[in-house]
Amino acid sequence: MSEPASALGHATFDGFASIREIGPLGMITLRARPDTPGLAQAVHRALGLEMPAVRRIVRQGDRAVGWMAPDEWLLILPYAQVGDTLDRLREALGAAHHLAVDVSDARAVFRIEGPKAAEVLMKLTPADLSALAPGELRRSRAAQVACAFWADEAGFTLVSFRSVAGYVMGLLGHSAQAGSALFPS
Amino acid sequence: MSTRLAKGGRLIDRSTAQGFTFNGRHMKGFAGDTLAAALLANDQMLVGRSFKYHRPRGVVASGPEEPNALVNLGTAARLEPNQRATVTELFDGLEAASQNHWPSLDFDVGVLNNYAARMLPAGFYYKTFIHPRPFWKHMFEPVIRQSAGLGRAPKDRDADRYEQAYAHCDVLVIGGGIAGLQAALVAGRAGRRLWLIEQASHWGGRAPVDGLSINGQPADAWVAATVAELSSLPNVTLRLRCTGAGVYDHGYVLADERVADHTPGDGRPKHRLWRLRAGRIVTATGAIERPLSFAGNDIPGVMLAGAVRDFVVNFAVSPGDRTVVVTNNDDAYRTAIALKQAGLDVPVIVDARARADGVLPQAARAMGIRVETGRAIAKVKGGKRVTGVALCLQAGEGAVQEEVACDAVAMSGGWSPVVHLWSHCGGKLTWDDAQVCFRPDPAQPPITHDGSAMVIAAGAANGVLDEAGLLADATAAGAAAAGIAAPEAPGVDNPTAPATEPVWIMPQGAPVALRSKMWLDYQNDVKVSDVQLAAREGYESVEHTKRYTTLGMATDQGKLSNINGLAVLSQALNEAIPQVGTTTFRPPYTPVTLGALAGEARGEIFQPLRRTPIHGWHEDQGAYFEPVGLWRRPYCFPRAGESHEKAVHREILNVRQNVGLLDASTLGKIIVRGPDAGRFLDMLYTGVMSSLPVGKCRYGLMCNENGFLIDDGVVARIDDQTFLCHTTTGGADRIHAHMEDWLQCEWWDWQVFTANVTEQYAQVAVVGPKARALLEKLGGMDVSKEALPFMTFADGTLGGFPVRAYRISFSGELSYEIAVPASHGLAFWQACLAAGADLGLMPYGTEALHVLRAEKGFIMIGDETDGTVIPQDLGLGWAISKKKADYLGKRGQERSFLTDPDRWRLVGLETLDGSVIPDGAYAVDAGVNPNGQRNVQGRVTSTYFSPTLGRGIAMGLIRRGPERMGETVEFPKVGGGSVMARIVDPVFHDKDGEKQNV
Amino acid sequence: MLTLECPYCGVWAEETELTPGYEAHLKRSGPGSPDDAFESYMFARKNPKGAHFERWRHAYGCGKWFLAARCTATLEVFGTYPAQVSGPTPGIIAKIRARRPDWEPSE
Repeated sequence: MSEPASALGHATFDGFASIREIGPLGMITLRARPDTPGLAQAVHRALGLEMPAVRRIVRQGDRAVGWMAPDEWLLILPYAQVGDTLDRLREALGAAHHLAVDVSDARAVFRIEGPKAAEVLMKLTPADLSALAPGELRRSRAAQVACAFWADEAGFTLVSFRSVAGYVMGLLGHSAQAGSALFPS
Repeated sequence: MSTRLAKGGRLIDRSTAQGFTFNGRHMKGFAGDTLAAALLANDQMLVGRSFKYHRPRGVVASGPEEPNALVNLGTAARLEPNQRATVTELFDGLEAASQNHWPSLDFDVGVLNNYAARMLPAGFYYKTFIHPRPFWKHMFEPVIRQSAGLGRAPKDRDADRYEQAYAHCDVLVIGGGIAGLQAALVAGRAGRRLWLIEQASHWGGRAPVDGLSINGQPADAWVAATVAELSSLPNVTLRLRCTGAGVYDHGYVLADERVADHTPGDGRPKHRLWRLRAGRIVTATGAIERPLSFAGNDIPGVMLAGAVRDFVVNFAVSPGDRTVVVTNNDDAYRTAIALKQAGLDVPVIVDARARADGVLPQAARAMGIRVETGRAIAKVKGGKRVTGVALCLQAGEGAVQEEVACDAVAMSGGWSPVVHLWSHCGGKLTWDDAQVCFRPDPAQPPITHDGSAMVIAAGAANGVLDEAGLLADATAAGAAAAGIAAPEAPGVDNPTAPATEPVWIMPQGAPVALRSKMWLDYQNDVKVSDVQLAAREGYESVEHTKRYTTLGMATDQGKLSNINGLAVLSQALNEAIPQVGTTTFRPPYTPVTLGALAGEARGEIFQPLRRTPIHGWHEDQGAYFEPVGLWRRPYCFPRAGESHEKAVHREILNVRQNVGLLDASTLGKIIVRGPDAGRFLDMLYTGVMSSLPVGKCRYGLMCNENGFLIDDGVVARIDDQTFLCHTTTGGADRIHAHMEDWLQCEWWDWQVFTANVTEQYAQVAVVGPKARALLEKLGGMDVSKEALPFMTFADGTLGGFPVRAYRISFSGELSYEIAVPASHGLAFWQACLAAGADLGLMPYGTEALHVLRAEKGFIMIGDETDGTVIPQDLGLGWAISKKKADYLGKRGQERSFLTDPDRWRLVGLETLDGSVIPDGAYAVDAGVNPNGQRNVQGRVTSTYFSPTLGRGIAMGLIRRGPERMGETVEFPKVGGGSVMARIVDPVFHDKDGEKQNV
Repeated sequence: MLTLECPYCGVWAEETELTPGYEAHLKRSGPGSPDDAFESYMFARKNPKGAHFERWRHAYGCGKWFLAARCTATLEVFGTYPAQVSGPTPGIIAKIRARRPDWEPSE
C-alpha cells in the first residue's frame, strides 16, 4: 500500500505568519450521549486522555480529545494507530449506543505559527479570538467553509474538510501576506 | 483667485513637496494636503460638472460630504471613479482627472442642457420619454445612458488587494474629534475593550480649527495628550482613516479602513473592511454644515464657511482674496475672523438674522469687519468663478441694494448633527426647534439583543452644538457605554453658541427667477424651484419627492441637501418640518469600494472549490470540468484534437465494450448507527431499509414532507446497527442536515447517531464488461459473481489497498464502486489505470455517466426531479412501501392533486427521425391557453444522443404517459420546426438487466 | 446581523454561523390526518409582530438545532433553549414576560 497522502502534500506559505499544511493526522469521530456508562474509561483506555469539558481540547503529545458537540468528540492520534484504537474503543464501549468512525482522511490540517498568528485567523472567522480560553476548541467558519481551531504555545492548529484544503490554504496565504498584519508593531 | 498662503497650515509639511497631475497638468502640493486643498492652492477652482445641466462645479466642502469635487483617481488597473477630492490624501505622483464633461472641463457641450433648463424640470424623464413606446428601447434609453453617469468604470482588473477582518469590543467609538476622544478616554480608563475609529487621517476634528481651548490647553495640545493616553492603554485600539460605514443588528458595525490609498503599491492591502461587533457604540460623528439657498449658490467659489476655515487653518489655502461671509448663525463669524487673521479681506458679513450680538459677532466687529444684519444675497455674480455678490433685504423679494466685488463666498445655513449611524438600525430622530436641526431622540435609540440601547450619540452628533455642554455630553456617553458613573468632565474654556435661526430661502420672498437658480443638490442639479414644483404636483411625502426630483440621490446621499430640501418642501406644503418627516438613512455612510466588500473573495478563492483526492490527476490529463455544486467534476477527458462530444461518445462506447473508470468520490456517504437506525431509515426512505440484510445494498428514495422526491441513493447495511447511506453529490450535506434535523427535533428519544463520511473515502467506479478482470488483476479479494453478487458489498483489499467494494451499477454494466481512504485515493486510481492498461481502460466523465444512465432509464435527481415531482410520477412505485404506516412524504403524497391520473409521468421518448430533442422542450397539445400559447402535455427531462443506439433518446414527463405507449407527441424547437417522438419504455438498453448481473 | 447564544455549547454565534429553520414548535401531521391539519403543519406560518419562536441550527459550530424566542419588531432576543421540547418552556415564557409583561402565547 502507498503512504497516506495529505490533501496538499504539506504546502507552506511564509508571510507575517507562517502556514503549513500537516497531516494526515489520525482522527476519530466519537458520538455517544455524555452519560453513556464507561465512556470516559473507554476514551482513556483508547488514548490515555481524560474527557474534555465543553468546548475544550485535552492534549498530550501527539494525542488529543476535543469536545465537538454535546454528543460528539474528536479523537486525534497518529494516523497509523487509528484501526487499533477504534477496535479498543468499540470493545470498551461494547453494547452501549455509540458511533466511532475513522475521519482521518476526510480532514485537512494546518498550522498557523508566529507571534501574529491570531491576526491571520481574525481575517477569516467571526469568532472572538481574544476571548478564546486556554485549551478552547472553537468550531466556526473560515470565510465560506467550516473549520475548527485551537491555540497552543506556538500558534494555532486549524482543521477543515479535505476537499476544500486548497481553498483554505489560499485563504490562509492571502491573510498572512507580508505587510498586511492587522496590528503592525 | 485661490492660492497658498505664505504661512500657517497646521496639517501640511512644507518641507515635503508632492507633485501630482490634474487633467494632465502638473501641479505641486505638500505632504498633509488633501487633493482638494492642493487643487485650490493651484487656483483650480473648477473641478467638475454637474450631472444634469453640466454646470461648472467647484469644491464646496472640506470633508466626506463633498458633492462636487469628484474625480477619477489613478489610471488603468488603479483607476477609481467618483473619488472625493476633499478626503483624498495627496501623494507624490497622484493622477486625477475631472468627470462628466465633454470634450473638456473648461468647454463642455453638455452645458447646453443648462440653457434648456426650463425645459428640463423635475420629473422631466418621467413626463417626456413615455410615448411612443418603442422609442424608449431604441432611442431614449441609449441616448440617456450615453449622457448619464459621472466617472468612468474601470476596465482593467484591480491591481490592488483588499481584505476583511473581524474584531470584537465592549465599546466602539466612531469619530475622533474631541467628543469621541473624551468618550473613548472615559470608557478606556474604565478598562473596557475599546475601539476608536476616525475617518480622517488626523485626530481632533473641528476643535483645533475653531480655536477651542480645553481645561486651559489649546485644543491641539489636549488632543495630543488624550491620544497619547489612549495609545498607552492596552485595552484600546485606535484607527485613523477608518470610516464607520454602517451600524447593523446586535452591535455589528462595518468600518472601512483606507490602509494604503495614500501609499499605492506599497504591498499593503488598499482597504480593509472591519466587521466589528461592539457591546455599545458611541457615535461621535460631529455635524455637517448646511448651505444657504440663494441664487447662484453653486458657482465655483461659493463654499461652506466651515470648509473655508478648514482650508485656511489646516492647509494655508485661501479660496479667495476677498471673501463675503453669509450666514444665519454665529459660527460662520469664525471664518471671517480666521480669514482676517490670515491677512485676507472680508468685505462684509451678510447675516440674515435681525440681530447678531454673540461673542463671535462682537469679536468680528472689533476686528473692523463690516457686519450687515437682516440682509441676504440676492444673487452671486460670475460664471466659472465668483466675481461678486448682490445684496438685498432678507425680508424682501430680492431688490438689489448694493453690489460687492469678491472672489469667494463662505456660506453657513447652520449645522446638522450627523445622525446617519444612529439611524441605520432604527434610532429615531426628534426636531430641535431651538437649534434648527434633527437630533437623536434618546427615548428611541436603536436597541441590541437584550433590549438595551445599542447606540449612544455624543457631542455635536447628539445635537449638542453649544460648546459649553459638549464634553460633558461626551463624558456621559462614554460612561454610559462603559456602564459606569460619569466622572468629572473637562470643559471648553471659550464656548460659543451658534444661535442659528431658520433661513431656508434667501431672500424669503424670492421670485421664481431667483428660486430657479438656488441649488439644493449640487450633484444632481435639484433646485428650490424643483422641490416646489413637486409639491404643487401633489408630492406630499418626502420619500416620493426625493425620488421624483432625485434630491439627495447622488453619490453624497444628500448630506448637504436633505434638510434644506425638506425645509423647502415643508414650507411649500405649509407644514412643520417634523410633520413632513425625514428620509431614511441607509448604510453605508460614505461609499465603500466594491473591492473592500469582496475582500479576499476573488480569483482562486472567490468561492470554495471542492476537489477530490484524484482532482489533480484529472487536471494533468486536461479534463474538461463542469461544476457540480462546489465540486468540479470531469465532464469528459478529451484527447488531442478531439471534441468534447466525440470524447463523450468514445468514453460511453468504451464502458459498454471494455471498462471505464469514474471518479465517484463526490457521492455523499453518511453513516447511520444505533438500535433505532432501521426504524429511522424506514421513516426517511419511501422503501423499507430495516429489513436489508447485512452485507447487502438497496436503492432508496427520500422525499420531503410535501411528498416530493429530494434525493436517492444506495444504502448498504454494514452490521446489525450500522447503515451507510449514499446520497447524490449535491445532496450529501443537505441530507445529513435533514437527518440531524429529524433526529434532534422530532425523534430525539430514538437511539441513532449519524456521521457524514463523504470525504473520508475516494470512491472509484470500475464499470464495463472487463471490470471484474481489472479488479482480479489488482487482486486481494474475491470479486466473483458468487462471492460478490449484484447489490452486495464486501470489505477486503485490492492491490494492497484497504477497500470496501460495492456491486452497484448506474450504467447497466458489470460495475463495482470501490471505496478507499481518501489519502490513498490517487494511488489506488493509478493502480487501476496500470492494471487496466491492456484491458482498454479509459477514464470517463460525468456526461458519459449521464448518457449511460439515461440509456438504462435511470433517473437523475435534478433532471427528472425539480421539487414538484413525486416518485410515483417516475414509475418508482416499486421503491415505495405499501405496508409502512408512515414515512416522510407519505401524507403529502395522499393529496388529491398528487394522486390525479392526469399527472405527467415518466416515459422514454424515441424521435421518429433519430434526432435529439432539444433540452427543456415541451410537448404541445391541441388548442391554446388564455394567453394564446399552445397547450402543453409534457416536457423532456433528459435528452441525449446515444452512441450505443446511434440515435437520439430522451426521458420526459408526459400526461398519463405510461398509458400511452406508442403514441407520438410533438416537441416544437426554438426557431421553428418540431421534433416528433414516440412514447416508449424509458429503458432503452438491456431491458432485462442481464449485463449488470453477471 | 443577529447574534444568538447556542444553548448547547455556549458560543455567542453570529448569524453567518447559523442556519435558520423558521417557525418552532410545529406539530407533525402524518398519514391519515385531515387536510386542514396537514395544511396547517405544512403551510400556515405565524407572522407575529412581537415575540416569535424560531428554530436555528448552529451549523458552523456544534451542529445542534436550538430554539430562540425573538421579537420580530425590535430583534431583541428573549432567550434560546434546546430543541427537545414540544412547546415553549416555562423558563422561556418567563423570560419573555420579564420584558413583555402583557405577552400571551398565541394558538
